[in-house]
Amino acid sequence: MNYKLDFTPVLDGLPSLLTACLGTLFLALGGMALAIVIGIGGVVLRDSRIKQLRWLVMAFVELIRNTPFLVQIYFIYFALPLLGVRLDPTPTAIIALGINGGAYAIEIIRGGVQSISKGQVEAGLALGLHKAQVFRLIVLRPALRAIFPSLTSQFVLLTLTTSVASAISAYELTSVAQRIESDSFRSFEVYGTVTLFYLVISWLMMRFFGLISSRYFSYPVK
Amino acid sequence: MGANEFLFLLTGLKWTVFLSVIGFVGGGVFGLGVALARTSGSPLLERVTSGYIAIFQGTPLLMQLFVVYYGLALIGLKLDSWVAVSIGFTLHASAYLGEIWRGSIEAVPKGQTEAAKALSLNYASRMKDVILPQAIRISLPATIGFLVQLIKGTSLAAIVGFTELARAGNIISNQIFQPLLVFGIVGALYFVMCWPLSLFGARLERQFATATR
Repeated sequence: MNYKLDFTPVLDGLPSLLTACLGTLFLALGGMALAIVIGIGGVVLRDSRIKQLRWLVMAFVELIRNTPFLVQIYFIYFALPLLGVRLDPTPTAIIALGINGGAYAIEIIRGGVQSISKGQVEAGLALGLHKAQVFRLIVLRPALRAIFPSLTSQFVLLTLTTSVASAISAYELTSVAQRIESDSFRSFEVYGTVTLFYLVISWLMMRFFGLISSRYFSYPVK
Repeated sequence: MGANEFLFLLTGLKWTVFLSVIGFVGGGVFGLGVALARTSGSPLLERVTSGYIAIFQGTPLLMQLFVVYYGLALIGLKLDSWVAVSIGFTLHASAYLGEIWRGSIEAVPKGQTEAAKALSLNYASRMKDVILPQAIRISLPATIGFLVQLIKGTSLAAIVGFTELARAGNIISNQIFQPLLVFGIVGALYFVMCWPLSLFGARLERQFATATR
């Protein structure tokens, strides 16, 4: 083994790599926001009275969960222009991440809503709580508390998935790393460093969600 | 899209299945080792394996493939690209399966271990005959869920430059300029592989939930 590690290209590219971390965070947060909207909307439609709507949501969830994100992002990338929507790669990637995350969020949020038994709601009403209070204190908060861990790991996964957006050259960490790599051929050094960056990002993400969880959901259960 | 193009996609499909099987089997073997080390009770082994799991769960699969791919070349191993990506998927799967199976092993009631110890079974037979048969049952839904995840994950080998189904789709789409048709078909092929597995996993999960209610 006579290969010498050379981190100069990584050090030279450090400013652009660090800025690209913000691009990754931007994609991740945008994707999460869209995923939550799709998730809540999907749950409402999923339990609607119209059979076709329920069926449509179920088909959407199954379709997205059983095909690779890479194929989805390519498909959306090529489909949007045909629909007359011309977007840069970065917003396209956010839409793709949101759609993908949304399908998982529908399942997770639905599980949370179903975990609230009817008796709880009836008990709340019997105690003379207002309908809005019942919803906020008895349905929403415990449901959020119940799904928060799965939502957290799903969102960390979504953050890691942003690296696939490099396939349509959206602005994020992996695509910037690929550029530095193709300029310098220091593949291992570049990708090794960027892997560490991702490790830090996902760790921070977990800490962030952990803080939210302990701030809002750490009340005694029984 | 003609028959030739479709055949090319099917060749890609063959590689996708191949990578998934290798990753799952290899990951299963090493994953069992990770799970056993993780539950061994030795602080050093548990530290090392939990670090291993944290690294693989905290970084993108794409980066893992890149690092393994170039890392192997760097230590002087001249490997075919399919071997390199297979090693990448095996390591990835071993971490995830290790974590799933650790959970299942810990989910087996403690009394089982105690009873086995009281019968003076040694570690190997305690695991093989008492704990693992129960743990496997518990882990089955999550394991199948991960298999689906892995099959979808093999598509990332396309970005590393390996021609499996997703990259075959990319190549054809560049040839015949019908991206929606091609990626629609590619997506459908993945769906046909993953959906039955997902349904099976969900059914097992329901059965298990009823059984333990």
